[in-house]
Amino acid sequence: MAVFKMPSLGADMEAGKLVEWLVKPGDKVKHGDIVAVVETQKGAIEIEVFEDGVVEKLVAELGQDLPVGAPLAVIQAPGEALAEPTEEAPPVAPKTATEPVAPVAEAAPPSAPPAATAAGIAASPAAKARAAELGIALESLTGSGPGGAIVLADVETTKPAATPSPAQDRGAYLAEMRKAIAAAMARSKREIPHYYVTHTVDVTAASDWLSAANADRPPEERILMGALLMKAMALAAHEEKAVNGHYGEDGFTPSAAIHLGLAIALRGGGLVAPAILDADKKSLQDLMEAMRDLTMRARAGRLKSSEMSMATLTFSALGESGVEAMAGIIVPPQVAIVTAGAPGPQPLVRDGKVIAAQAVTLTLAADHRVSDGRLGSKFLTAIDAKLQTPEEL
Amino acid sequence: MTEDEIRSAYIEELVRVAPDLDPAEIAGSDHLQDDLELDSMDILNLVIALNQRFGVAIAEADYPQIATPDLAAAFLARRLGTPN
Repeated sequence: MAVFKMPSLGADMEAGKLVEWLVKPGDKVKHGDIVAVVETQKGAIEIEVFEDGVVEKLVAELGQDLPVGAPLAVIQAPGEALAEPTEEAPPVAPKTATEPVAPVAEAAPPSAPPAATAAGIAASPAAKARAAELGIALESLTGSGPGGAIVLADVETTKPAATPSPAQDRGAYLAEMRKAIAAAMARSKREIPHYYVTHTVDVTAASDWLSAANADRPPEERILMGALLMKAMALAAHEEKAVNGHYGEDGFTPSAAIHLGLAIALRGGGLVAPAILDADKKSLQDLMEAMRDLTMRARAGRLKSSEMSMATLTFSALGESGVEAMAGIIVPPQVAIVTAGAPGPQPLVRDGKVIAAQAVTLTLAADHRVSDGRLGSKFLTAIDAKLQTPEEL
Repeated sequence: MTEDEIRSAYIEELVRVAPDLDPAEIAGSDHLQDDLELDSMDILNLVIALNQRFGVAIAEADYPQIATPDLAAAFLARRLGTPN
């Protein structure tokens, strides 16, 4: 038996509000299954389970604010006998009745029945059913019935009267996200001694190869320059291991796996950098599909918990237009970030002559506790070398 | 399919690709990148969706022609042979 806990949601996130259970006691789960949805400052995040087994008990209640590490559920390992019921108290005090609970984000009704009602809460069957339907935790309500029992009317008055307009909603959401970004970036600049190296890469060969390859391809198979840059970066990270990993209390731990964070700018000024797991092992086509999928889910606010916390190195690009270079801030606990300016013609020297060639300027920001400029220089040079043979990426 | 219907369908696909957009606030002249803040991944997702919905091939060179709902409606109408 294992207590399944709220996983880490990335450097800038300390808690999330449980808004949906996708499993119920008795359901079989396996590693990677999405079992719950939490609302965070960076949108709804799907919580994946890391054990195989059977859900014995749901511990966390809908509407609860759950810090990282809070118990969510009890999972019984395959073949294990039913354990003694645990009475682990939820770590966060129940919400007060005056605070309306956000409706469940999904249009579809939750597939699971209401979270197990904690003992001792008197509520009418109609109130219980309606609260479950609305995703309202009974603990959050004040009963007006006999003996303080919760009746249907108590649930109905707690229901948010009207959905706030999308514009207001979004403004508040982006303001919250900005706070989270600010906290993480301030911490990064305070704790991590950044150094920077910059290199302009001639991407004539890569651009020509892309144009030729994309000409005959249906749109779903087209590749963008961003995918070439990410693949080259993932492969180069094999050669310079001091840019890929996490820095913790015991110093730097390099990572054998290369999980590349992809910075995605959200409309109105938000930013998320979810990870593409094992980016170095993906074919260019698969990597491109993963980037498209991640972009769409980032906009929909449906990223997974593993994606929020597992990146070992981050890539951020300005896209097709804009200025020629950008320097990044490392996302803790990572130790490096590569940023790309907009691709465009730049004056380069080739065979002793100045020519105008398609180029991308890469900037590496890396952690001086782990590496120094010489290594940073080798890393960017390795990316450059890989971009000269795009057909091998 | 009239040009208006094509425009509505385009906006439907656009919002599917970028669910943070509010369809009621998208103007016919809004530029995907400059006004709606989409990036190249979104544009490609939209091209894939339009291709599936309309069966119209949209080459990379045609992307400027679908850069706003108005431009896209006119372009797709021409490709579909819709009378004006």
